Amino acid sequence: MPFGQKRSGARGKADKKGGEKGQGQRRTLFRRRKVCKFCADKIDDINYKDVKLIGPFVPERGKILPRRISGTCAMHQRKLQTAIKRARQIALIPYVTD
Amino acid sequence: MTTAVAERQYELVYILPPETTEQQATELHGQVESVVTRMQGSIDKTENWGRKKMAYDIGHHKEGVYVLEVINGSGELMKELDRRLRVIDLVIRHMIVRVDAEKKVVDRTRSKRQADSERRRVRRGLPPQRQPGEGRSQDRDDLDDDRFEGMEV
Repeated sequence: MPFGQKRSGARGKADKKGGEKGQGQRRTLFRRRKVCKFCADKIDDINYKDVKLIGPFVPERGKILPRRISGTCAMHQRKLQTAIKRARQIALIPYVTD
Repeated sequence: MTTAVAERQYELVYILPPETTEQQATELHGQVESVVTRMQGSIDKTENWGRKKMAYDIGHHKEGVYVLEVINGSGELMKELDRRLRVIDLVIRHMIVRVDAEKKVVDRTRSKRQADSERRRVRRGLPPQRQPGEGRSQDRDDLDDDRFEGMEV
């Protein structure tokens, strides 16, 4: 049911905003700057056969780790995406796990 | 006007049931090979990954024997191969991926990076190649890597 999902998502966002307002000064938490793993390690080829490389970007649930969390750059996230989808086709990586 | 299409490179991965005998596997490889040679293609290399646990069940199988073939040939050839593999019951899953275009891009970026670094090093008055024992050691620990912290999916 998409409606319910949407609603819960919206609520989550609202909560976050409220928290930010309330905290004010406390927002100056130091966050380590995220870097793209593939840029940093100079990995050009993101291959679907390389499960060791792709593995960390597919958490427990089986979903692709979003960019805002992994810090991957746009280009590499795109390549990672195709690699993960290919690896899923030949059952190297799960589509879903529950 | 008929221009010869440049040969392309494809990767074919197929999965066989875990109880497949060696003989069956070689037989299937022979079938693939015959199709490839009949349509003016060539097999670059064949890799048998052996029995692997699959991430999910395919038709009641939990494990599978993976075989990778790198094939040079035309799109027509791969179409035919795809059609045939679909029909063969022994193959529980197969996938064909075109690799030549991507490979070219990867090679280009890699050689470009190499050339760039050499040029910079020469400008700094260093030998173009990295000398052993130079710069930071490679095996710095990854303990301060908190990239996946605070994960919410």
